[in-house]
Amino acid sequence: MSALKDARHLFRFAGLFVLAFLVFLVVRHYYVPKSFGQYGHYRGASIGEIAQLPVKFAGHQACEDCHTDVVAKKNPGKHAHVNCEACHGAQAAHAQAALAGDPTSIKPVLPDTSVLCARCHTASAAKPKGFPQVDPAVHSQRLPCETCHDPHSPGMDAPATAAGGAK
Amino acid sequence: MNISRRKMLILLPAAAVAWESVLAGTPEASPNYKMTDHWWGMLIDVSKCIGCGNCVRACQTENDVPDGYFRTWVERYHVDDTHLENPTVISPDGGKEGFPIAKEDAGKYFFVPKMCNHCSDSPCTQVCPVGATFIGPDGVVLIDQKYCLGCAYCVQACPYGCRYIHPTKAVADKCTLCYHRITKGLTTACCESCPTGARQLADLKNPNDPIHEFLKTHNVQVLKPQMATGAKAFYNDLDGSVR
Amino acid sequence: MSGVEGYMYPNEITLYWSVLIVLYPFITGLVAGAFILASLERVFRVEAVKPTYRLALLTALSFLLVAPLPLVLHLGHPFRSPEMYFTPHSTSAMAMFGYVYLWYLMAVLVLEIWLDYRREIVLLSQSSKGLLRLVYKVMTLGSSNISEHSLAIDERVGWIVTLVGIPSAFLLHGYVGFIFGSIKANPWWSSPLIPVVFIFSAMVSGIAGVMLIYMATTKMRGGKIDMRCVDATAMYLFYIFIIDFSLEMLDLIHRIYEADESFRSLNFMAHTQLFFSQIVLQICLGTLVPLVLLFLTQVVKLPEIARKYMYVISGSLALISVFAMRWNVVIGGQLFSKSFLGYTTYKMELVTREGLLVAIALTLLPLLFLWVLVKLLPPWPEKSAHSPAAAD
Repeated sequence: MSALKDARHLFRFAGLFVLAFLVFLVVRHYYVPKSFGQYGHYRGASIGEIAQLPVKFAGHQACEDCHTDVVAKKNPGKHAHVNCEACHGAQAAHAQAALAGDPTSIKPVLPDTSVLCARCHTASAAKPKGFPQVDPAVHSQRLPCETCHDPHSPGMDAPATAAGGAK
Repeated sequence: MNISRRKMLILLPAAAVAWESVLAGTPEASPNYKMTDHWWGMLIDVSKCIGCGNCVRACQTENDVPDGYFRTWVERYHVDDTHLENPTVISPDGGKEGFPIAKEDAGKYFFVPKMCNHCSDSPCTQVCPVGATFIGPDGVVLIDQKYCLGCAYCVQACPYGCRYIHPTKAVADKCTLCYHRITKGLTTACCESCPTGARQLADLKNPNDPIHEFLKTHNVQVLKPQMATGAKAFYNDLDGSVR
Repeated sequence: MSGVEGYMYPNEITLYWSVLIVLYPFITGLVAGAFILASLERVFRVEAVKPTYRLALLTALSFLLVAPLPLVLHLGHPFRSPEMYFTPHSTSAMAMFGYVYLWYLMAVLVLEIWLDYRREIVLLSQSSKGLLRLVYKVMTLGSSNISEHSLAIDERVGWIVTLVGIPSAFLLHGYVGFIFGSIKANPWWSSPLIPVVFIFSAMVSGIAGVMLIYMATTKMRGGKIDMRCVDATAMYLFYIFIIDFSLEMLDLIHRIYEADESFRSLNFMAHTQLFFSQIVLQICLGTLVPLVLLFLTQVVKLPEIARKYMYVISGSLALISVFAMRWNVVIGGQLFSKSFLGYTTYKMELVTREGLLVAIALTLLPLLFLWVLVKLLPPWPEKSAHSPAAAD
């Protein structure tokens, strides 16, 4: 009645709110991705997107399927549980080239043993005691490691006690 | 390496099968992977870590991690007998190129690999204002980089320091437990390249996973247990001085 | 590693929350504090502070309009901000921001200002010329009803809005405190006291800010400062400052006493990296000096000119103190390592999106907005019926 007439401006203000809310609902319907909320409060499709990222390391199974001779040499030796790509680096591209029929089109680069072997086997008081470690300067007179050690089966038959920080 | 042509003809199909599983698509689409069959974690054996940095380099290669930021890193602790509460910790470039040689002294040394703990009660997913980071049905905490605002609240909320804001993408980034690998039956890049088996992927829902036996027979801890984050990176032989 | 002392987790070395994140709680604090001062008159009927009522509301609005800017400029993807409105995560305090902000802006501040000014707006819509006339016409929402009854309804509704506005103001600024206080990973932040300290220091900054703006604008207009008003405002500033200081000291003493695992690291940081900003600026210069000055004005009968100077000094120092407190919380919380073994440094940039120049610009922008608002909606009684001098 007359009271309402004097409050009309308030209803107009409230009306703005209602209008804004309706616009909000419409925009929200188009904005929010369809898979949002599929598994929880997130975009369900992102799980699939992350799962489809490219693989760079092939995994030792892929190497072993072809390189059976290396496997045969490695398995009885000390490096049995050192996976191929731990030393040879990521080789998924090479494995894929193999699948396509020409593995030599992407040839893995031979690792530099003077850097590679030293990373693990340089003696340091910080490394676990039982781990084989040597002082590179003293141990091999700077000769490359593969002079005496086959990287795929590095154990020597008559080993000296491993020199280095191990007590 | 000489492989005869004949051998190739036999091996290639085998490789093809292996590779097919490598390239399988979305976890929902792939008939081999059901999210609800898995609950992922990681086992880290401190007594085996030699600080070679293979894992840090492998992770960077596999996941295009920018220089100066780390999805995983290795810390070296030096604990003095008289200063148990104050270890000296270093992590030169995250341990990526290994560590300097340590000299024998009265204290003890050990290496601790660190990574996202994929917490089941993660404080980081709790604080995300829009739902851009979450724990999936299979227990991996992931970031939806197409949805993330880059507000860095999750970075502040992580007690372990495993998150960062990607310098070029301007969104949050962190270890994904190599989700794109584990859903295809591969292991993570860090586990693949670890030469001593100090890091091993664990599927807590798989009854055949060796982690169950390991947890029964070893003293295992998580980092910062007082935070009650439900961390799923389990550490064997973790010293009390580890931060 | 440059700027790093001891050991920091590798990803912790860069600070991710910059000076803009320091500025945001400072700005919303001013908003909340200014509003509380306005509510003193409206709800608690403190007649003495009436001269500052409209000015306080306009100040609050000016700062509120600028408040989202530091946040948006900080985001890695500012254009994804609407996600906070469309898919807010209910467990995240930060997700509240969009709705609390909008509620406070529209349903509290704008509504209250509109209701209080409606009579002037309608009159100005009839007396102005050109573009300004259109602006006022839009603001009337098409209603030119300024009868006794409608104004009485406005008064009643406005009272309710102010009443609702008080907890809303606490929510607007308290949730920011909760954003920090609820982070268990960060012991410098994690505390139930932080939201309360934020609110009380916000009131300090808001009251001090409006007091200074009132004194400055009155001086600039060649008017006479209402000392009864300023005395009352300063009294409220004094008492709220005491509460604020007590709460901060409680937090400090509690930390020192319990001395948990984080204490040694935090204590070292407070004495070195944060020495100037916390001990010197926030506590000594920014709190103790104003408290002493204000105390003197409360207990000693001082001449008007002395009181004016003391109020200006106290108010300015109080504002600096509250800014320093935000700095110490936000930046301080990121300077130490969560391993408690090291520290990093904050390298504030100058000209980038999150640099010092932007921070300064964002601090001055609300004053520009206030100038526009004061021209559009004059808070001074004498000029209320006339059109503003500069119609642009």
